Amino acid sequence: MSKLDTPKLETYLQTPALKSDSMASSGPFKANADMQKSLGFPGEKIDNWQQVAIEKMGETIEKYRSIPVFLDACVKCGACADKCHYFLGTGDPKNMPVARQDLFRSVYRRHFTFAGKYFPKLVGAKEFDESMLDDWYNYFHQCSECRRCSVYCPYGIDTAEITMAAREVMNAIGVGQKYCNQILGKVKKIGNNLGMPEPALRDTLLDLEEEIEEDTGVAVKLPLDNEGAEILLITPSADFFAEPHIDGLIGYAKVFHQSGASWTLSSYASEGANFGMFIGNYDIMREGALRIRKAALDLGVKRIIVGECGHAWRVAYSFWNTLTGIGGGAADEYALQLQNQLDQNYPQPQHIIEYTYDLIQKGQLAFDKSKNDHRTVTFHDSCNVARGSNMGGIENGQFLLPREVIKAACNNFVDMSESTIKASTFCCGGGGGLLTDDLLELRVKGALPRMQALKQSEETSGVNTLAALCAICKSQFSKVLPYYDFDPFMVVSVHQLVSEALLLDGDNSQQESKTL
Amino acid sequence: MSLISILFAVFFYLAVLLCLVGVTLKVAQYASTPVPLKIPTAPAPLTKFGVVLRMMREVFLFASLFRASKWTWLFGWLFHWALVLLFIRHLPYFWPGEAPQILHQTEPLKYAAFPLIFGLSGLLARRFFVDRVRYISAPSDYLLLLLLIAIALTGVLMTFAHYYPDMGMVYSFAEGLITLNWSELPSESVFLAHIFMVFVLIAIFPISKMLHAPGVFFSPTLNQVDDARKKRHISDWAIDKEKNSKSG
Ligand code: SF4
Ligand code: SF4
Repeated sequence: MSKLDTPKLETYLQTPALKSDSMASSGPFKANADMQKSLGFPGEKIDNWQQVAIEKMGETIEKYRSIPVFLDACVKCGACADKCHYFLGTGDPKNMPVARQDLFRSVYRRHFTFAGKYFPKLVGAKEFDESMLDDWYNYFHQCSECRRCSVYCPYGIDTAEITMAAREVMNAIGVGQKYCNQILGKVKKIGNNLGMPEPALRDTLLDLEEEIEEDTGVAVKLPLDNEGAEILLITPSADFFAEPHIDGLIGYAKVFHQSGASWTLSSYASEGANFGMFIGNYDIMREGALRIRKAALDLGVKRIIVGECGHAWRVAYSFWNTLTGIGGGAADEYALQLQNQLDQNYPQPQHIIEYTYDLIQKGQLAFDKSKNDHRTVTFHDSCNVARGSNMGGIENGQFLLPREVIKAACNNFVDMSESTIKASTFCCGGGGGLLTDDLLELRVKGALPRMQALKQSEETSGVNTLAALCAICKSQFSKVLPYYDFDPFMVVSVHQLVSEALLLDGDNSQQESKTL
Repeated sequence: MSLISILFAVFFYLAVLLCLVGVTLKVAQYASTPVPLKIPTAPAPLTKFGVVLRMMREVFLFASLFRASKWTWLFGWLFHWALVLLFIRHLPYFWPGEAPQILHQTEPLKYAAFPLIFGLSGLLARRFFVDRVRYISAPSDYLLLLLLIAIALTGVLMTFAHYYPDMGMVYSFAEGLITLNWSELPSESVFLAHIFMVFVLIAIFPISKMLHAPGVFFSPTLNQVDDARKKRHISDWAIDKEKNSKSG
């Protein structure tokens, strides 16, 4: 654990005093030429970058209505100013959502509005110069695109949209971020963020099968590339190797096993995460989604289910149908083929939580909740699930379903303070392409609001387990919890809780423990 | 007609023209710009009816702002509603011919000037005293508030402190602007200042942050139905892209 000045947890969340430019030099590493080129971006900052950047800004303004509307509509009321976890954790005023937008807006005003062209000083219009670009790079990489600000803005202004547009502009002039672009290169080449090839994946899955059988005596399978399976599971690749993610994967496998469904993973589309969203690039995001469509077609599955990953679920739920036509309405040959192939009795895609929840509702899963009695569990709503998706097709289902699944598996559940959960949830501090060690200071500080709420529930209700349903949240919490004197192992997958309490047919160990 | 009457009449038409043309252009821009992705924000309605309710909560009650900051909400909400009431109060002046009976009952609406000034002063005070709001304020943000306050104050001077102009002349000047039957403008300076500033306000509408008024209706985070899995939502440019790429 490296030394950092970790903020102190107070009894209540405090709005910090402004510390101007305190995070001005805390931007992430830049992508090198190879990483940039592999995605079709210029290898390094181009000579006429200003001109190209302005053109690219113009393009985003023409292609995305959110951009001109958000840039024009802001009245600088400041309602969003104290809603961002990065501002709350760092006090840097440029981490206030409106100030972050203003980096984009001031250039927009200078080049695209009457007032800014003729009265720049009056309306805060600014030139796109080197120092502005530095600010763009730093502060648009200190936004996790969590959309919390949008919930409080009277016009729904979503800073995430501006951040995505800004990253798109920066990539177009050859100024990309290493973490995102390196990972996207790996997906493109190999199919997952880790660059884990098929044989390694197969080995991992076999190991897991052995482990489960040793634990339970039941031969739970984790099939790979199983043609003709009913269900294709798309999950973030972190589920294959990282702790505590892997225990969630075991949980999904047990649920599938118990439901009797045939299912499979795909080695071609072994990644649910889609960092194309983080860099605001429609084409790259679409490529990722098309990989999944191809895998679904090749394997001939009837259903697509998405594992625990926040932004992956936003992309799947909100964007897949747009990007690849997996639901209804697309007319190209592949989409039509897929529409015929998929079972239209189910929403496509579905989240693993929806799948498990349905089984619980139908009484098809039995639990020994006492297995989780050593835990007092609270649930962290992941920002992309909470503010970018739905579950169950009912209003606020994305808040309800995960809690119901947890409660089916655990006796002790308590929520954290109302202003920090559900639609108002705080980002873990590592989302939006910021889960990299070169941003550790930002990540630790950005976790402050969540840590504060957790501390409060620990003190008042004895919470000792933090359940999450996002690969990024889980990794981020594992890393930052110790900075706030929490046990890093207190974070678990929702499906780990399911896994631990689920009764499997033919599991001797559990039957014994029950009769004891 | 006096020179000043002519100048004011011209300025009025110019301001209204700028405003109408500017807002039309902006609305046309917003309306014609595609929304390629479904991006409703939480709590997202699942039906069209839900979107209508959400919009009404935002437009009439400022629901999100209420959640965000009670003071800003109080000041902002009072100011906007007072403005609406005072707008109604001003309608009889411009009504061609005999105004309907109901508009003659609007006299008590003049008291809306006080919540208006209270709200605006609160917002201005926030800009000065809350360090976060001060940081994000440009000169234009202060000036717009000052302009509104000055309009309200001159109005109050006329209504409550006996600086009122010859009301008969006001009626015929205002009505004349609408019916193109121009007449002489009263020359009281408070009155002239009042309407001059209102004309400025109208003129700068489409080049200022007052665009939030049409903008809010175009905000995709607020006006979209959360039904991405049920219906395909796609923009024209994305369809073109699909047609052009071989693998679909
Ligand atoms: S999207 Fe999240 S991280 Fe970005 S400015 Fe808004 S609140 Fe902050
Ligand atoms: S809440 Fe919305 S309108 Fe107010 S300052 Fe923030 S982005 Fe601007």
